[in-house]
Amino acid sequence: MSDFFTVSVLLATLAAGIRLATPFLLAALGETLGQRSGVLNLGVEGVMLLGAYGAYYATLRTESVLLGIVIGLAVGGAMGIVYGVVTLALKAEQGISGIGIFIFGLGLSDLLFQKQVGTPTPIDGLGDLAIPVLGDLPWVGEVLFHQNVLVYVAFLLVPAMWYLINRTPFGMNVRAVGETPEAADSLGVSVNRTRYITIFVGNALAGLAGASLALELGIFQQNLTNGHGFIAVALVYFGAWRPVGVMAGSMVFGLVSAMVLQWKTLGIVVGTTASIVGMFPAVLTILVLVLVSRRTGSPSALTRPFERGH
Amino acid sequence: MLAAALIGAVMLLILGANPLTGYAALVDGAFGGTKNLANSALKAMPLLLVGAGITVAFRTGVINIGGEGQIIVGAIFSTLLVLAVPDVPRFLLVPLAFLFGALGGAVWGGMAGALKSYAGVNEILSTIMLNIIAVQILNLLLRGPLMDPGEIERGSRIPHTERLSGNADLPILPGGTRLHLGVVVAVLMAVACYVLLFRTTQGLRLRASGHNPFASLYAGMSVKRNVVLAFMYSGAMCGMAGVTLVFGSEGHRLATDGGATTFTGAAGFNGIVAALFGGLHPLWTIPASFLFGALLVGANAMQRAVQVPAALILALNGLVVVFVVGSMQARARLGRTAARLRAEARESPADTEAPDPDAAAEAPP
Repeated sequence: MSDFFTVSVLLATLAAGIRLATPFLLAALGETLGQRSGVLNLGVEGVMLLGAYGAYYATLRTESVLLGIVIGLAVGGAMGIVYGVVTLALKAEQGISGIGIFIFGLGLSDLLFQKQVGTPTPIDGLGDLAIPVLGDLPWVGEVLFHQNVLVYVAFLLVPAMWYLINRTPFGMNVRAVGETPEAADSLGVSVNRTRYITIFVGNALAGLAGASLALELGIFQQNLTNGHGFIAVALVYFGAWRPVGVMAGSMVFGLVSAMVLQWKTLGIVVGTTASIVGMFPAVLTILVLVLVSRRTGSPSALTRPFERGH
Repeated sequence: MLAAALIGAVMLLILGANPLTGYAALVDGAFGGTKNLANSALKAMPLLLVGAGITVAFRTGVINIGGEGQIIVGAIFSTLLVLAVPDVPRFLLVPLAFLFGALGGAVWGGMAGALKSYAGVNEILSTIMLNIIAVQILNLLLRGPLMDPGEIERGSRIPHTERLSGNADLPILPGGTRLHLGVVVAVLMAVACYVLLFRTTQGLRLRASGHNPFASLYAGMSVKRNVVLAFMYSGAMCGMAGVTLVFGSEGHRLATDGGATTFTGAAGFNGIVAALFGGLHPLWTIPASFLFGALLVGANAMQRAVQVPAALILALNGLVVVFVVGSMQARARLGRTAARLRAEARESPADTEAPDPDAAAEAPP
């Protein structure tokens, strides 16, 4: 245990924590936008898996990480259109159709991986990008400014998302549609068009989250995400539907994951204890959900399809 | 289903396989001959137990996607029992194994129910997390205290238990196939779920809680208690599925692949698909499970014939869920519209023209 409490190891763990928080953060920010407009998307996990596979495969074939990122986004966006049609046009029950999307993503990503790749082949993932000047700062520089590009993107998206939701006309429409779609509709705001946009963006971010996971690990395997997407949904509750809160939650989960990983590397936990430590994120999620359950302020129209004249 | 089959054909084409050959292999592998039919029934057995249990949860208004975890905990409970008392005679040990399996599943399901009722935790998220925890517990036990002593001696350390007591083997049914008692138990339990839901006061309470929680509360029922109960029933069914997967398996042991899939073959998820396809009715879930069991068996045959991984079926199952839920809502809306138009037609007798059903179907809701 004493090996863990040295400056270099702790700094490395913190840096890894921020890196591992990125997939949670990207997915949870997308989910926040969707939920603020009244749409619950439980298919995040499936979309993440598809995005992760798309990014992995594109990078494996072309050796272009950038293309991988673009494919991840595109796959997510495409799934967003599908989910939009299902929940908005067909008005399907959001909880169960999300599960359908999850099972679809779980199966399809595994199918394509087995068929197109077969044996796990590592790829060169995202390299670190040191920010000039800031990266030279002692300690802080190592932790915050020697990260891969998607880490910066994810954390810059936090203020961007806050601004979008709270300071733009579109954000106002999103909030109106999520709270009282009838009132928004009577003022000429298209409820479904707004929701199509939030679902599209939200799913694209979920695809990007999957891409960040695959490109960070440099590998794909069946069920690569192992609950990341569902935890991201829980983080939206934890963060009380606010980007900053979501960021705080993501960092908690990133740090816990980094700690677990570091302990395994240092040999502090071995064999059977590794399984116990492997339960941490799931147990933590349940505890977090219990703690925030009294929280009010969920969008009033969450999961409620909009029908004019009701 | 048809739409999913069409999309499946397109996917086969994209993957460079002939869809006709693929589907022919699938149908033959699933239904061709007694042996294949028996295999389909065996594959359907856990789906039916999970699916029928899930109808109870759904009818009570809660979504139980913790089937995977409940199967695993049920399997662990029954395995521990059989390891503790291996010499109990067969006619006692087999029912006891089912009882303990049901108990384990009920405990795991009940936790999600209690979290939902008394701590306000979304049951979809809690059941997914409980699945992850159950997998870790299983891997922990099978790499540690429950590992086959023979594996430790040989040093191969494959994570599975020893061959469990023969007194707990599910008896093979007469007829020369591999069908065993588990299939009978699954069908009987599905009927039991039907009786529970539609022929008992308890079932009425459960369904009332699902249909209108506020009215049920007003009528003096404890909706919270009903939610916990529904989760326990649903979990018990999944736990029994775990028992059939251990004591009806060819190895007669509890095993894991070390990853997230373990030994369940995703039955906890595929069972949901079967239940939805069966219209969330326990009895209709019987043929629906058989269909999906057959699909899974056929998919393996297809994999051999046209080299397309059987994971295709999982992907298609996801689409079936989406389509079924989508069309369910659309049908319900059409039904409401038609009913309203009929009512309006009755109220205005001056309007001599009977409402055209096609027009009703096309009218905006």
